[in-house]
Amino acid sequence: MSLQDKDRIFTNLYGYQPWNLKAAQARGDWDDTKALMARGQDAIIDEMKASGLRGRGGAGFPTGLKWSFMPKEPKDGRPSFLVINADESEPGSCKDREIIRHDPHKLIEGALVAGYAMRARAAYIYIRGEYIREAEVLFAAVQEAYDAGLIGKNACKSGYDFDVFVHRGAGAYICGEETAMIESLEGKKGQPRLKPPFPAGAGLYGCPTTVNNVESIAVAPTILRRGASWFSSFGRENNKGTKLFQISGHVEKPCVVEEAMSIPFRELIEKHCGGIRGGWDNLLAVIPGGSSVPLVPGSMMMDAPMDFDGCKDVGSGLGTAAVIVMDKSTDIVRAISRLSYFYKHESCGQCTPCREGTGWMWRVMERLRTGDAEVEEIDMLQQVTKQVEGHTICALGDAAAWPIQGLIKHFRPELERRIGERVREAAE
Amino acid sequence: MADRALHPDTPELRARWSTFAWSKDNAKQAKVIVARYPDGRQRSAVMPLLDLAQRQVGAETDTQGWLPIPVMEYVAKELDMPAIRVVEVATFYFMYNLVPVGKFHVQVCGTTPCMLRGSDEIMAACKARGMSIGHVSADGLWTLTEVECMGNCATAPMVQINDGNYEDLTVERLDAVLDALAAGGSPKEGTQEPGRHTSEPSGGPTTLKEMVEANHDYRGEW
Repeated sequence: MSLQDKDRIFTNLYGYQPWNLKAAQARGDWDDTKALMARGQDAIIDEMKASGLRGRGGAGFPTGLKWSFMPKEPKDGRPSFLVINADESEPGSCKDREIIRHDPHKLIEGALVAGYAMRARAAYIYIRGEYIREAEVLFAAVQEAYDAGLIGKNACKSGYDFDVFVHRGAGAYICGEETAMIESLEGKKGQPRLKPPFPAGAGLYGCPTTVNNVESIAVAPTILRRGASWFSSFGRENNKGTKLFQISGHVEKPCVVEEAMSIPFRELIEKHCGGIRGGWDNLLAVIPGGSSVPLVPGSMMMDAPMDFDGCKDVGSGLGTAAVIVMDKSTDIVRAISRLSYFYKHESCGQCTPCREGTGWMWRVMERLRTGDAEVEEIDMLQQVTKQVEGHTICALGDAAAWPIQGLIKHFRPELERRIGERVREAAE
Repeated sequence: MADRALHPDTPELRARWSTFAWSKDNAKQAKVIVARYPDGRQRSAVMPLLDLAQRQVGAETDTQGWLPIPVMEYVAKELDMPAIRVVEVATFYFMYNLVPVGKFHVQVCGTTPCMLRGSDEIMAACKARGMSIGHVSADGLWTLTEVECMGNCATAPMVQINDGNYEDLTVERLDAVLDALAAGGSPKEGTQEPGRHTSEPSGGPTTLKEMVEANHDYRGEW
């Protein structure tokens, strides 16, 4: 059965109504938040675990479990911090932006209950620098919440003190990686840290820290109000809940929409996007979860359920549910090569395989695009992606490797055709 | 990594910028910013202060602003940190302009989701108007940059010009925006598609239709 409006969490997703506190409260936000907190920290974490919510930032780690890693007693007087990852920069992803500019109070209320549950002293919301108007809304919404006594000292009259701060980034994709984000918050270059120590042990300012995606935090109050069983009534086992999908590329009507997890790809596109441009026969390939996951040929994607396991089963991933659709007019090699350029541009330069590899891979991809290569170089490129993947501190190396691996896996004949064509042209 | 180089540290640059100091409003704002971070962690404020400084330089030069080395040194002194650490941050993050830019910084998103929706034509249209990547146009109005995914993928293609996003562009719509800016106007930000509100499917939302007309409270239906 399809998701009904009453079960959608982000009711002001499109911003037809104001984002301000008064309007948000009329929609149900900040409704007796004190009572939610009065359930106690452990009960909140248990409810989140039971809901089956998996992190919405791409990796899909169970949110409640993550919160439970935080220390219950402060260690040697160090406070704990919640860092909210609003550094949405994954190509294809544009959901956190809608939450922040149209429903910011869901995020701020979520910050309070999540921060309380993990015994954090404050939350830092790290919003990407390019979200300038969105940050303006967020700053103003946080101020509204302070003025109304919802956060700050004795937040919501709960007896708990909790601050929320907004920190703007300045244009570095890598800061979406949790330890790079912490470095950046400390006023440094955003270069990821080696783990361990994990942030829950030593994160921001050396204090216990949990980093969560905007969507993961913003859905928490609604889950607590409606109960874990409500949330887990959507989606397949291990893939519960509702989710913001972002569909871009060659569909008739690209959009952001909240749907139940596990909705089949075809249904998602037909219902909300007006179908594939030129019809289903015109579908070439889909990147189902943002640029970091491998592409999937259209024929394999059509009936796949849009959830973590469904995308994994077709050799890709749900990532942030940023669905990039490509029809048969697409220069598929160029589409992937452009992503290689993206990773070259965004590599932080810390690890040699990624710093050198991303540039190398992009240059070879550009030659493959025009066919100016030897057939053997396809295998060489594949091998190099394997030497980058898994050999870097963070996952950017992997993310740069996977799209290319997906291209070689599914479109090798196209790469060979271009090389052959070039050879023929040269001969003539 | 992105290719980025500092503006040469010349006597002329020093002469122009070594007296840089916060304006009255920005001095206040800088205090507010530093207070967001714990005592002794004022270094955390380096990014917002660099942004503030860039904006002040912009206001003083009637451009989007940039970061001359003496300005970075000023921020370093304000935060009691070595200047090289500030320079590291300024060179690492792409939104800090290391060289002067025009009044309008036209940042065309060229990453795959925008590319699929026609960012090539948008880029070509900018160039056809005399803009070139990395240069300030002769009239001082425009600087063109190709940027990486700006997170407006459902309303692609898009450009960000200074603080505003212009989405769902065609060449005609882009020209209209640029003409308006050049004439000193403030064109509507967001989607440029007639009838589209934000990121709903164009032609009207397929969900949450009650919200279009009124601030509907769905709790009664729970």
